Amino acid sequence: MVIEESVLETCRRRGVSRRRFMQFCGTMAATLALPKSYAQTIAGALSQKRKPVLVWLEFQDCAGNTESMLRTTHPTVEDVVLETLSWEYHETIMAGYGKHAEAALKRVVDEEKGKYLVVVEGAIPTADDGIYCTIGGRTALDIATEVCGGAAATIAVGACAWDGGLVRSNPNPTGAVGLHEAVPGIKIVNLPGCPHNSVNTAAVLVHYLTFGELPALDPEDRPLFAYGQLIHDQCERRAHYDAGRYVQAWGDEGHRKGWCLFKMGCKGPEANYNCPTVRWNNATSWPVKSGHGCIACASSRFWDTKSPFYERLPHPAGFGVDVTAGEIGWTVVAGVAAATAAHAVGHVVRDHFHPGNGDGTPTEKAKAEKQTTEVN
Amino acid sequence: MARVVIDPVTRIEGHLRIETEVNGGRVTDAWSSGTMFRGIELILRGRDPREAWIWAQRICGVCTTVHALASVRAVENALGIDIPDNARLVRNIIAGSQNVQDHVVHFYHLHALDWVDVTLALKADPAKTSQLAQSISEWPKSSTTYFKGVQDRVKALVASRQLSLFSSGDWGHPAYQLPPEANLLAVAHYIEALDMQRDFIRIHAVLGGKNPHLQTYLVGGMSTAIDGNEPEAVINPERITLFNELAARAKTFVQQVYIPDVLAVAGFYKEWFGYGEGLGNFMAYGDLPSGSINDPAGFFFPRGVLLGRDLANLHPVDPGKIAEYVTHSWYEYSDGDQVSRPPAVGETNPKYSGPKPPFLVLDTDAKYSWLKAPRYDDKPMEVGPLARTLIAYASGDAQVKKTVDAVLAKFNAPPTALFSTLGRIAARAIEADLVVQKLPDWIAQLDDNMAHGDVRIHNGDKWDPESWPKSCAGFGLEEAPRGSLGHWVEIENKKIVNYQAIVPSTWNAGPRDAHGQRGAYEAALLNTPIADPERPLEVLRTVHSFDPCLACAVHVVDGKGRSYGRDVVAGPEPEESTSLPPVPAAQYLASVRGGM
Repeated sequence: MVIEESVLETCRRRGVSRRRFMQFCGTMAATLALPKSYAQTIAGALSQKRKPVLVWLEFQDCAGNTESMLRTTHPTVEDVVLETLSWEYHETIMAGYGKHAEAALKRVVDEEKGKYLVVVEGAIPTADDGIYCTIGGRTALDIATEVCGGAAATIAVGACAWDGGLVRSNPNPTGAVGLHEAVPGIKIVNLPGCPHNSVNTAAVLVHYLTFGELPALDPEDRPLFAYGQLIHDQCERRAHYDAGRYVQAWGDEGHRKGWCLFKMGCKGPEANYNCPTVRWNNATSWPVKSGHGCIACASSRFWDTKSPFYERLPHPAGFGVDVTAGEIGWTVVAGVAAATAAHAVGHVVRDHFHPGNGDGTPTEKAKAEKQTTEVN
Repeated sequence: MARVVIDPVTRIEGHLRIETEVNGGRVTDAWSSGTMFRGIELILRGRDPREAWIWAQRICGVCTTVHALASVRAVENALGIDIPDNARLVRNIIAGSQNVQDHVVHFYHLHALDWVDVTLALKADPAKTSQLAQSISEWPKSSTTYFKGVQDRVKALVASRQLSLFSSGDWGHPAYQLPPEANLLAVAHYIEALDMQRDFIRIHAVLGGKNPHLQTYLVGGMSTAIDGNEPEAVINPERITLFNELAARAKTFVQQVYIPDVLAVAGFYKEWFGYGEGLGNFMAYGDLPSGSINDPAGFFFPRGVLLGRDLANLHPVDPGKIAEYVTHSWYEYSDGDQVSRPPAVGETNPKYSGPKPPFLVLDTDAKYSWLKAPRYDDKPMEVGPLARTLIAYASGDAQVKKTVDAVLAKFNAPPTALFSTLGRIAARAIEADLVVQKLPDWIAQLDDNMAHGDVRIHNGDKWDPESWPKSCAGFGLEEAPRGSLGHWVEIENKKIVNYQAIVPSTWNAGPRDAHGQRGAYEAALLNTPIADPERPLEVLRTVHSFDPCLACAVHVVDGKGRSYGRDVVAGPEPEESTSLPPVPAAQYLASVRGGM
């Protein structure tokens, strides 16, 4: 006997009210920046009978994205979202091992062709025929090509799966690249961040289940709902920036009063992410709230392009509309100008050693990143 | 004789392959292989030492925060920076929470399914499960109705024929010995532990901005501004209340769920006190300082070495005795692969010589792992919660002795029973209990400091790189949940010129050395009974009892600034690095010994 039960039915049986379930769907609609009326559509989609299959692959990873997924909150409801999918392969938490694990993955690839979802975590090494990461005797590249190639869609979570992340940083000892470079041409959505914020990942899954397609993406294949806005513009410390109230030293009065971390190297003015609004661990906090600058972990090649992390940004990115340099005072402007000059020197050094193709020239992507930065 | 291979070993961090030889229903030999390599230490060279922790933390996301702490300690040691008391307390709270969180997640989500048959929970009588639960604990979620609800959930999952993460389990394996009621109890607590870890780790979200990969360390202290009079300060009276609540809930969970479950499960698998012994050599650097990091006498986790199962003689730790072999690792040394090299003069020249993928078996007579083989005084060592517990026991720590003796009395077992697979599981639970009792003390001290107007959280004397010497070197030691961790850093002209980490799982999961001495996993697997070579579940029990973390374990040490990898990939080596001289071993070892 096969009992087929929708998520809503499961919720009811587990004592989760329809009201609470609809609240969850509302939250997802809000995260996805959809009109409120879509909550009903989402609820309808989550009430399907047969669960879509998902496999989670880990390559040159630290399992931080897996851990982030385990930290998803509102368990009574999001657990159900996990139950909405049949999560059949995930090395860090699956029951099976060895041959059983390999068989589980093979079954999905063979029997669910074109229907299953893949999540990929970690970079993929391409140097020396890929021998820097093997699983079950096969290279990461071999597995990714086969499994992602047969999927309905692939979600690359974290910086490493997106563009190689830290593993790819200069001097990139293993020839690591992100998934879209390793396996070109697949249907992909990138959820960068170090790690990914699992609220966004849940929202992408919900969007896919609801509409049968991925949410609107930017040119880097990142969902606009999560990566469409500057951190700086959403930051709770923004008013202090506009008013020229900066932390000058760790633990000083301004730091204790929650002032702006710009001078301590915060990269918020150059970083796109919904970190300040979604926050982490049941919306408890995010790095800037906890007193440390942003490191722009959702930006392209951020390890090489956004470091040194404690060096302040060269340009004061867009003071508030009602504040002019004159009002802030010439001292600040002069300070910024000096910092700009210092940073420019830093940039030359950085470009020489860190990003790019290894010969000192920045990659096309690094150039694009820089242009984006300048526009910002 | 059969070669039994497990790859991937799942429910661990990282990529581990275990090959065993099975003869007459027993493991007669074993080989442990790490199959992934990144090279993070090399990537760190040329960077600002103040941000090394941000990079090094990404060595592992399961052991998040631990590499960040070892890294800031190393740089502070190199620059001679003392941190304020508030920063020490925040670090202890973060590290202590990580320890408890990690141990709970390990037992329920990484290890339990080796002992618990999820499908057998269907056969349980919820009323009897309720009786069982109430007989071992005060934990309130223990009614018949509650267990019936959990059972219905499992039923629906099984009936849907889409078992998700559980679809590939070894259900029905003869090695599963729990009665149905205990299985149902464990499944209920598997789910509850997911809630617990999510809730408890919010302490990291407040003190770290997020978990995993906290973002509040600073060389010289922490970025968690503290002020009793400021609502926007990261640490203020309201937050202290939250920390206390979270710590109290964790304590209740550990004492009313985790500990009773470990004891109950162990009661059905007592023979596993007789399997998985391993090396009998144990090491701990010690950690959780009550004052200066340079004063091990004040550590909550004591420091020491135990050799040859001898609990009567606790030896001091001498890091000068640490060296690494690559005889069976995919690297080569310039003076041959039969010698060991101290980390200070270590070399990393990766040279893969394994079979061309796809492959079925490794040539284990030759090189077979990306892990090196660290040795202490030329002996393989086990590190981790068991090592720490035994070392605390041997050091005469009254609280540890009392707790350990109580657990042993329950099973009518001698202390030597701890040298086993179950011993590791028990030690981890005992440790979580000790730490969860200690957390409120640190929170109270922080509160007390704040109440007395102590708002110091960072020592900025050396924040400006202009204040640094032209060159310096240092190290940071730590007890991570999985064992002894060390980071070593050399700084020249305000930049990192050499960075290295010697990590718990390298000690435990490493391969053989030049003398053919097995690593800890390899030794522990000998004589493991195997009911069915097609389904070597028993191998997982012992390997998992170490809580493997392979992303951590594979690391590079590059004392000579050697370039490697394909040139087309790595690009030209930065000029300044190629001219770096190796660190003179004597100078390095003196610096290390001086601090121990």
